[in-house]
Parts: sequence; structure tokens; C-alpha cells
Amino acid sequence: MYWNKEAETIDAVSLSEQQAARLKKTVESLYSNIQFYKKQMDLAGVKPADIKTVSDIRKLPFTTREDLRENFPDGLLAIPKKDIVRLHTSSGTTGKPKAIFFSKHDIDAASDLMARSLYMTGLRNTDIFQNMMTYGLFTGALMMHYGAEKIGCMVIPAGPGNTARQISLMQDFETTAIHITPSYGLYLASVLQKQGLDPATDLSLKKAYVGAEPYTEETRKKIESLLKVDAYNCYGLSEMNGPGVAFECERKNGLHLWEDNFLMEILDPVTGEPIPDGEEGELVLTTLNREAMPILRYRTKDITKILPDKCPCGRTHRRIHRIIGRADDMFIVKGVNIYPQQIERVLMSVKGVAENYQINLENLDKMTVKVEIDKNMFDGKVEHIVTLRNEITERLKNEILVKPVVELLEPGTLPVSEGKAVRVIDTRTM
Amino acid sequence: MKVKQISVFLENRRGRLQEALDTIASAKLNIRALSIADTADFGILRLILPDPDKAKKALRKSNFTVSENDVIVVEVPDKPGGLASVLKVLNDADMNVEYLYAFVEKSGKKALVVLRTEKTLPAAKALKKAGIEVLPSDKVYSL
Repeated sequence: MYWNKEAETIDAVSLSEQQAARLKKTVESLYSNIQFYKKQMDLAGVKPADIKTVSDIRKLPFTTREDLRENFPDGLLAIPKKDIVRLHTSSGTTGKPKAIFFSKHDIDAASDLMARSLYMTGLRNTDIFQNMMTYGLFTGALMMHYGAEKIGCMVIPAGPGNTARQISLMQDFETTAIHITPSYGLYLASVLQKQGLDPATDLSLKKAYVGAEPYTEETRKKIESLLKVDAYNCYGLSEMNGPGVAFECERKNGLHLWEDNFLMEILDPVTGEPIPDGEEGELVLTTLNREAMPILRYRTKDITKILPDKCPCGRTHRRIHRIIGRADDMFIVKGVNIYPQQIERVLMSVKGVAENYQINLENLDKMTVKVEIDKNMFDGKVEHIVTLRNEITERLKNEILVKPVVELLEPGTLPVSEGKAVRVIDTRTM
Repeated sequence: MKVKQISVFLENRRGRLQEALDTIASAKLNIRALSIADTADFGILRLILPDPDKAKKALRKSNFTVSENDVIVVEVPDKPGGLASVLKVLNDADMNVEYLYAFVEKSGKKALVVLRTEKTLPAAKALKKAGIEVLPSDKVYSL
């Protein structure tokens, strides 16, 4: 049931002691080995000796994506280069990538967390794990690969794409678990359908690990029903090892964030002040078990909240809500903070609309949500379309507290997303 | 008695109706009757054409959202109260008319009207029983 019972069910006091010890060690290493952090800490007037308990974290400076870029390629290394065994990069949408280095210890620790995460969902050494993520500089595929291998699964390093081959691999080797992006998961399901294959009888799939792109609960349900799997949400980012920072247990109700390896804070994205448990804010993470490239208070820009209740699975590491939005993507209409993901959540749950959408913001806070109708829903009746539009308007209003104008478009009208889709077009002028 | 009508969803975009009509023209289909249901931000174009299947395929190929529905085409006396007398038959039979529109041309002395009702066949039967001419589909397509 547990990969590491002692670590996963640790009591609050012991966890806090462990975190404090690891934080101290991390800060000592940063301060004496990394010029950037020494400077930042000196500026903030804090010395490693000031860090005694977990709450002292608030004395320490933040690290932003820009800091990682400015110190590219190796300005944030805490150990000699000869002890580095791996480089990953995280593609930036603008400018230089971020370089992330790993020592042998770091790779082992990340693999172990990954194994812990996968084992938690019921993955065992009898499973056949087909990894449909991109291998390479991206951390996602390799870390999952290591975790599944560590459990003892047979891993098929299929990589993404070539759907016909994916399907024959799944059939020939009776794949029971896949690691996939949500968009590719939906695509795979549509290809299976076209080929007349029923996952329930023609495949052996049981689990899907879905990640690398944000998605909604509705998308998860869709993937589960189309592929006949239990789909698990994972959270991670290259700066923090990659996947396996937080993972869902079999309850699929929030993601256990491995607090023995990462110190978690939920802060107001603007002021940087702490936000009470249960309320939304930016996830800020500090590595507690990394040698090569420890990172202090990293601003993930991901918006989530802590689920304060105990999880019935017995693990004591606190759960976070699936990522609600990106601090960068947030926009304000009529004084209300809105994330595009909220709009997506509603649209995914409405029958009769396709997945593509666009939000247009015009002067005087006029908000228009454009969504394509599903061509199969069109039966020639005006009232069905009007009802659909009213339903979407009403449900959006309930979700975001602002009533948008909903415009229904013909399928294929909106630009198809390539990589990061532009969802919000803001033409407001002040 | 059932006649196939093609419905096309048109989003509120300049020139979109023109594009739909161009597609039909390129397929060399002559529109026999048409109507546009129009709301503030979308429209539905309804068409009676000689070859509904061909029209449907051509429109879909040009990425239009299309559906096909059954309608009835009836002859209506071209005089005051002509249409009212037809609708009375359906009303008496407790059948709702969803919408109707008229043909461009007449057959003889009578006007032609396209009727969309909840249930096509019972409506057509009721009309026939009342002595109203319901046109067979082949006759409609070859008008």
C-alpha cells in the first residue's frame, strides 16, 4: 500500500523537524556555494544561522524564473561540475531556457519520489508502463520512466506520436498503464474509436498518468470514460525535478505534495504574503533534498489551494487542489479575478460544444466567450442553439461571477492550438 | 410525402451567407425555396434543393455545419385565407408547426409552402385527408 510507509505517514512534528533540518542544510549550502543566493540573502539581511525552524522560510528571498534565466547556464550550481550527472532544460516561451542540473543523489531522490507517487496509485511490478511523453531535455518522460522502472514495471519508452504504433504496442505487449498528455489522450481515444477498437475489450489499459499540460476535472472524466482507465493527475515542474512533486492517491481528490522533499507555501501572487489554508494563492516551493541545484522559494506562478482535511489514505503530506490557473494568465473583469481555466472547466462540462474557445475583452470590460459548436449537435433547430448558449452563459456566470456574452461559432473557426493556445485577447485600453 | 430540407448553421460573420450560397452554386444546384432563421448572433439557412444529398456533401466539404430535416411541401390556394385553411387542419389535429416558408414559384394557380411540424408523416396524412395537396419529394426536387 505504501512505497515508503515511514516517509509517507510521518507525523506532523517529525515532518516539521525533518523539514527544518533539511532547510538549514540547504540554506548553508546555498549561501556558501552560490554567489547569487549569498548576495540575495545579504541584501535581505539574513544569515544561514537565522534559519532555525520551518517558519523562518519567510526571511529568505524568492527565486523567480527570471533569476534562473539570468544565471543561465550554470550560475546556480551548489556543487562542483564534476559531480553533475545530468542536465535538463525547461523551454521558456521567451528568451533563454532554464537549465536544471542533477547530481547522482538528485536523480536517485527524484526517481524514488516518482516511484512513491506511482506506487500510491496502485502501480506494481506486474504492470506494463507505456511512456508516451517526449524523451529528451524535457524532464517529464525520463523521471516517470525511472519511477516506473524502480517499481519494477516493464517500461516501454514509446515517446509521443505515431499513434498507429502506440496502439500496436499497447496490443502486442498488453500495456496496463500509460503516461500521456491530456490532449494526446483525447486524440488517442478518437483514433481508437475510428479504428473500431474498444479499450475495454481490445486493450488491457487500467491506468493513465495525465500531465504536462493543465486540464480540468471534466477532461479527466472524459479520458477515463473513453480509454476505460483510472486517470491520475500529477504535478511537477522541471525546476523542481519534473513530475512527482505532487501526485494523486487512489482517492483522486487532490494531490499529495511530498513535503519531506519540498517546502510548500501558498502566497498572494501580488504581495507575496501567506494565504490561509483552503484559499487560493500562488504555490511557492523550496527544494529540501537537492544537492546540485537547490532552489529557494521558487515562484511557480501556479495557482492552487491547500485541501486542509486529512486524506483517508493515511498519508500525512498535505494535498493541493489541481492547478486552478496560472498567475500569469489571470485577468480582471469588473473587479473579479478570472482564470481561463475556469472558463475551460465550464465549457468541457457542457454537451454540444467543442474544446476550442477564445475569450475577448473589450473596453468597458465587455467580455465575450467564443466557442465552437459541436457539429453533431446541430439539428437545424434554432431553440436548441439558443438553449445551449443560455446554458453556457448561465453556468459561466455561476463559475466566474461575471456574465459574459457567449458567441457560438461554426466548428473550425477558431485557430487550432499549437503548443500554448492564445485564449485571451485583451483589447482594452485604459 | 417527406421532403428533405438542408439546414446550415451560420455564425455571425460577414460574407458567410454568400460563401454558403457560392458553395451551392458551385455544386450546380438551383435553390427551390429558402428561408433564414435569424437571431442576434447566428443564423440558420434552410434550403430546398433538387439534390439534397449532393448539397449536404458539398457544404460539409466546405466546412459548413449542416443538418438534414424532413419537411412537408403543400399546395395552398392562392387567395385570402388560403394558408389559414391549411394551418387549421394541423391545429385541429393538435399538431404544432415549428416554422414555415413559401416557395419562390407556384405550381399552377396555387402557392407552395414548406411546413416543418413536430411529426412529419401524421401531419402529412392529416393534410391529405382534408383534401390538401401534399407534394411528393420527387416532384419538389424537380420543380
